[in-house]
Amino acid sequence: MPEASARLNVSDHKDVKVVDFVENKILDEANIAEIGQQLTALVEAKDRPKVLLDFHNVEHLSSAALGMLINVNNRVKNQSGQLRLSNIKPQIMEVFEITKLNKLFKILPTRAEALASYN
Amino acid sequence: MSPADGRSRRSGGRSESKHAAPRGGRAGAGGPKASVSMTIGSDYGDAREVQRLIREEVEKAGFDSDSQFAIKLALEEALINAIKHGNKLDKSKRVQVEWRVTPQAAEIEIEDEGPGFDRSSVPDPTNATNLEKLTGRGILLIEAYMTRVEYSNGGRRVKLIRHNQAGGGLKSA
Repeated sequence: MPEASARLNVSDHKDVKVVDFVENKILDEANIAEIGQQLTALVEAKDRPKVLLDFHNVEHLSSAALGMLINVNNRVKNQSGQLRLSNIKPQIMEVFEITKLNKLFKILPTRAEALASYN
Repeated sequence: MSPADGRSRRSGGRSESKHAAPRGGRAGAGGPKASVSMTIGSDYGDAREVQRLIREEVEKAGFDSDSQFAIKLALEEALINAIKHGNKLDKSKRVQVEWRVTPQAAEIEIEDEGPGFDRSSVPDPTNATNLEKLTGRGILLIEAYMTRVEYSNGGRRVKLIRHNQAGGGLKSA
């Protein structure tokens, strides 16, 4: 069971694990590694996990953070789970678009829409 | 692979001296402005300090929000490239950072002591084969967000140029 940390707030919405990033910039390499580990633990805690990553606090991110998110996405798929991203600010969304990762991740504009999108 | 959109220019093979930044030699409405030079170790903590200094100058110079975002991102990527991929995290290797910020433009040069690289051999991270790879997006982001990017000294030195602009988006033409 993942614990609350300085960087992630995890809450439950029915059977969905909702993750809020606390840091406003997940840029730092040490940050990214720790966040990745916590998300991995959360994803692997049960079969068919439903996870929502809410980006409303995220104002900057790096390519290393994108790599971490891809890794999380892969682990969710390995667990036959579903991952959603929501509340991505326009400047951050542009990063996903330039890297074409908006095609890889399921991104919804709001938390409510993301929560409604699980199978 | 090459940047298909022509927004960046490559100058691989041209060598420059380490202190190439002219002092007041370029015409500009802002007048002559001295460049700042700093040498750091291959350490992310040192890099963060340089980033902070440059970001402060960019903010004080009145850059628009999108440009501030762009410079922060490209600078982070370029420094990580220098430290991690250029200098291979070797603490004995240094990174030289030189910058000049005017209200018109930010110019940042970063040089590592690594083996260099061939820009044209960097794979496209957006194609189907590479899209799910965990790494390889730094240069794409640098070139997408900067007005111009110049590589020299065999790829060890990169110059990032971002024009201040009123409009939003990646950058104007």
